[in-house]
Amino acid sequence: MLISMNWIGDFVDLSGLDLEALIHRFTLSTAEVEEVFHMGSDLKDVVIGKILSVENHPDSKKLHLLKVDGGDKVYDVVCGAPNVREGLLVPFVKEGGSVAGMEIKRATIAGFESQGMCCSEKELGISADHSGLMELPEDAPVGKDITEEYAIRDIVFEVDNKSLTNRPDLWGHYGIAREFSALTGRELKPLETVALDQFENLPPIPIQVEDSQLCYRYTGLKVRNIQKKVSPVDMRIRLFYCGTRAINLLADLTNYLMLEMGQPMHAFDCAKVDCIEVKRFQQPFLFTTLDGEERKVDEDTLMICSKGTPVAIAGVMGGLDSEIEENTDSLLLESANFDGVSIRRASTRLGLRTDASMRYEKTLDPEMTALAIGRFLKHLLNIDPGAQVISSLTDVYKKRYPEISLNFDKSYVDRYTGIDIDNEEILATLNALGFEAVCRDGQFSVKVPSWRATKDVTIKADIIEEITRIYGYDNFLVSTTLSPLAPEKRSAGNKSDNFAKDILVQQYHLHEVHSYIWWDSKKCKELGILPEENIHLLNAQTPDHEVLRNNMGPTLLSFVHENRAFAPDFGIFEIGRVVEGKKENGECLERKKLGIVLYSRQRSEKELYFALLAMVKALGRQIKRTELSFSPAKPVHAWQHPRNTASVSAFGEELGWVCTVHPAVCGKINKKAVVVAAQLDMDAFAALPALDVVYREPSKFPGIDIDLSLVLPQGKIFADLEPAWSKALEGPLTGVSLIDSFQLENGRSLTLRFAFSSQEKTLSKEEVQPLVDEIVESWRAQGISLRA
Amino acid sequence: MNEKIQALKQSFQQELENAKSSEAVEKLRVAYLGKKGAVTELLKELKDVAGEQKKEMGQHINQLKRQVEEKIAEQVEKIRAEEEEAQIAAAEQYDVTLPVSEEVGSYHPITLVQRELEEIFASMGFTIEDFKEIVTDYECFEAVNIPKDHPARDMQDTYYLENGQLLKTHTSAAQNAIMRKYGAPLRAIFPGRCFRNEATDACHENTFFQMEGIMIDKNISISNLIYFMKTMLSQVFQRDINVRLRPGFFPFVEPGFEMDISCLICGGEGCPSCKNSGWLELCPCGMIHPNVLKAGGIDPEEYTGFAFGLGLTRLVMMKYGVKDIRDLNSGNLKALSQFTHE
Repeated sequence: MLISMNWIGDFVDLSGLDLEALIHRFTLSTAEVEEVFHMGSDLKDVVIGKILSVENHPDSKKLHLLKVDGGDKVYDVVCGAPNVREGLLVPFVKEGGSVAGMEIKRATIAGFESQGMCCSEKELGISADHSGLMELPEDAPVGKDITEEYAIRDIVFEVDNKSLTNRPDLWGHYGIAREFSALTGRELKPLETVALDQFENLPPIPIQVEDSQLCYRYTGLKVRNIQKKVSPVDMRIRLFYCGTRAINLLADLTNYLMLEMGQPMHAFDCAKVDCIEVKRFQQPFLFTTLDGEERKVDEDTLMICSKGTPVAIAGVMGGLDSEIEENTDSLLLESANFDGVSIRRASTRLGLRTDASMRYEKTLDPEMTALAIGRFLKHLLNIDPGAQVISSLTDVYKKRYPEISLNFDKSYVDRYTGIDIDNEEILATLNALGFEAVCRDGQFSVKVPSWRATKDVTIKADIIEEITRIYGYDNFLVSTTLSPLAPEKRSAGNKSDNFAKDILVQQYHLHEVHSYIWWDSKKCKELGILPEENIHLLNAQTPDHEVLRNNMGPTLLSFVHENRAFAPDFGIFEIGRVVEGKKENGECLERKKLGIVLYSRQRSEKELYFALLAMVKALGRQIKRTELSFSPAKPVHAWQHPRNTASVSAFGEELGWVCTVHPAVCGKINKKAVVVAAQLDMDAFAALPALDVVYREPSKFPGIDIDLSLVLPQGKIFADLEPAWSKALEGPLTGVSLIDSFQLENGRSLTLRFAFSSQEKTLSKEEVQPLVDEIVESWRAQGISLRA
Repeated sequence: MNEKIQALKQSFQQELENAKSSEAVEKLRVAYLGKKGAVTELLKELKDVAGEQKKEMGQHINQLKRQVEEKIAEQVEKIRAEEEEAQIAAAEQYDVTLPVSEEVGSYHPITLVQRELEEIFASMGFTIEDFKEIVTDYECFEAVNIPKDHPARDMQDTYYLENGQLLKTHTSAAQNAIMRKYGAPLRAIFPGRCFRNEATDACHENTFFQMEGIMIDKNISISNLIYFMKTMLSQVFQRDINVRLRPGFFPFVEPGFEMDISCLICGGEGCPSCKNSGWLELCPCGMIHPNVLKAGGIDPEEYTGFAFGLGLTRLVMMKYGVKDIRDLNSGNLKALSQFTHE
């Protein structure tokens, strides 16, 4: 929103103050100023000139040769404007002066000397009109500097609208002026208005508010015999500086009032609208707004009607049919208050955000409506004293906000601020902002003004903000807290995540990536992966991103696919969230997962797969000192390899899976590469007990290793061998390692090394033989024999 | 006997001079000192020598044996030294300036910045909390004082799920649960991934990270908030940072602030990065709204607290000069593999 300091000056005298510094303070105390503009600062030696004579240029149809009275002397001017005529008063730049950022020099134009330039409004920077020279009133004083005659020089600043969302009172100059008053300690002048009770005896306007939930207040007044059509120059300049286009006096006045007080107004042509109904329609219908657009209005949208015919979309925009026109001389003025939320929603549905709707959605103060009419009338009668009020002020006030009083003591303020702001200063600030505040025996009691009481200020903490922002946060003494020390806790999940990342990055050189929580079904399709059914988003940006992922595989596989040229051998991982359907209560079953995918054009699939297994094992060992175990499993997802998928578990609890990738999917990634994947549930993993180190004193005696070579028949796996030595592990067996493995016709040959040692003595072969025999016997019972 | 000894001495001397390799010296050693070596044989003959002479000859032979042993040891050492020198002289001198292929992994930059922040907060006694991404309407809005009809709850900003839950739009969604978990006094940070339903471009992502912090105790004040933010940010940026507060409106704080820091590029002089203002808008913060404390089971008459939200993703972009926010979720290893260590 654009704010004119000249306008602010109507309400608070800021003379003698550094306005730029003040605008900076406004940023720090009220709302963010985005930019400051110095309007009219580029004008130099622009005076009111009078065209004394007009001669046609001998060689040009467009150009004229003028004699212009600049007050000090008569200037020869070559001018191309269409509306030149003898006796016309125009803004005139003398040679050596400047306008619109350019210096006007004596020049020869089409063979004639020109000693200055006559200007359009656009060249002066006070409107967008460049159709011809600006025509000044006949009685304007010739030779007077134009910036002294009109308020062209101004400081205008733009406030970030977003920083005003909670301040309905700041959507007009008067509210902003109140802030400047509080910041400077200078008095805020009351708004001058016309007293409206003098029209009490005139007939009221028939106003019917059928929807009192959405229309809080509707105030109207009829005026006739309005003869002036064009707004005064200074008013048009302010409108233009504040981003509004001047149209005609009545439309300009409603805009002016909105910019001044923040109260949107609408002027209906009284000849077309002389009574008002405020209601919603049962059925959607088409309605043409005054911008000429035909819009579909639904049954939730509040309408202003006259004799059953809709004439305006409440709080958004008027209709084309009831618009003020050039010859309108009587009007029905609307100053109303609507429910902010319903206006916002209607404006969103219509795709039509207007200056009015933007203000209404902030929850305006309904107390303003009648006052705004009084102010409108004041301006109108100043401009056009012949205008005549022909109705009483008709005011249908359906819904009032409760008055809010707040009580607190000085210690409450001190506790919040941490500094000592004295009582007098607190009172001065609050009263300057319109809060009626008194302090008795250290107890403050404050009445919230109506313009702050619609939602903005409701509790005493809100008062703290008022006191501190005007005091200035820059003026705060800063100090540390005096909180007692306590040990820092850290959630287990976060700890395990960090540990896992370190291991994967530093030990295994993987790259951490981030992806999205939904499937990208387009990318999945490229890999021949069908997204599995899962919870849907109701409003995804594209249907491709509609379904939440239930595992980490596909997003990572897509990344691997996209990075296949990155390196011949690399791995990526992500710790992210997936949704595994719904819980019993209907909420999503959200789990945190670690997903790993390795890719290689150098290693065999088996090598890569076992490298992955080693990685997963390392996580268990290093983070939890827990042995994770793998067991063959059926694939859970179609892109996993039907034969080479295994589950990962600890203490009998399943934590995830490891797999090689289905050849069809792998082929899509790269026919010459191999890809393997793993997923660990980090929530479950974090919950595993982190075992302590079980310290074993190193034996002083040499141990003895026994190697056994056996044949593992088809269909048996290594895990089948393990139970045989579990008992021996409680005795002198300290470990078993795989020494050698190769394929035989009837199975696989494995050589295992059993390491025995004792704390008490050097073991002999004879001493461990019974244990070895037991192991071999146990295998034999399963049909596993030693190799001959 | 004596002649034999002398002859042996001489022949040894001669042969030693000819023994130029370690093999030849070993052969020589065997020839003289071996089981059937000349000196050994001589010692065997000693038994035939009679009386007085026996002792004397014995001494001579032993002397010879010692001499042979010493000379051989000398020769061995000499040859070893020569061979070692030759080996060194023949060795390839490696070009250490050749390119070497190092294999290093990488962290996501969010992880790096998040850890840095976590470390700072942990050092100031903050609990670090992890929180889910899919939350209820209550957690995301209601509990943090965002009323039913607030624009933030409209469909265009929030991803809603078919079961009525939603993807959390801000880390504040964790405030309530954390207050309930720990009660007051409380210091906690909670980094997390957030989601906003908007179209992506170089500056906008629908999936991004924030880190939020709260501190609640008796008598926590605005003055404390400013102190804390200044201290924390000076740590983050490793230099003295000036901060300023401006009023800002966020439903979960009252008063609420926008916190600006002195521009990192120009130091506050004014430059294009800070639009000549000397300040960069960095993070929203404020005193926790009494309704939020109440919803978290904490009595606002007894406790006050502050909260702040840092845009982790934005910090990453500032720190590393990432211009396109989409790089971060792209999985593109050309971009991400650069973040090799902490």
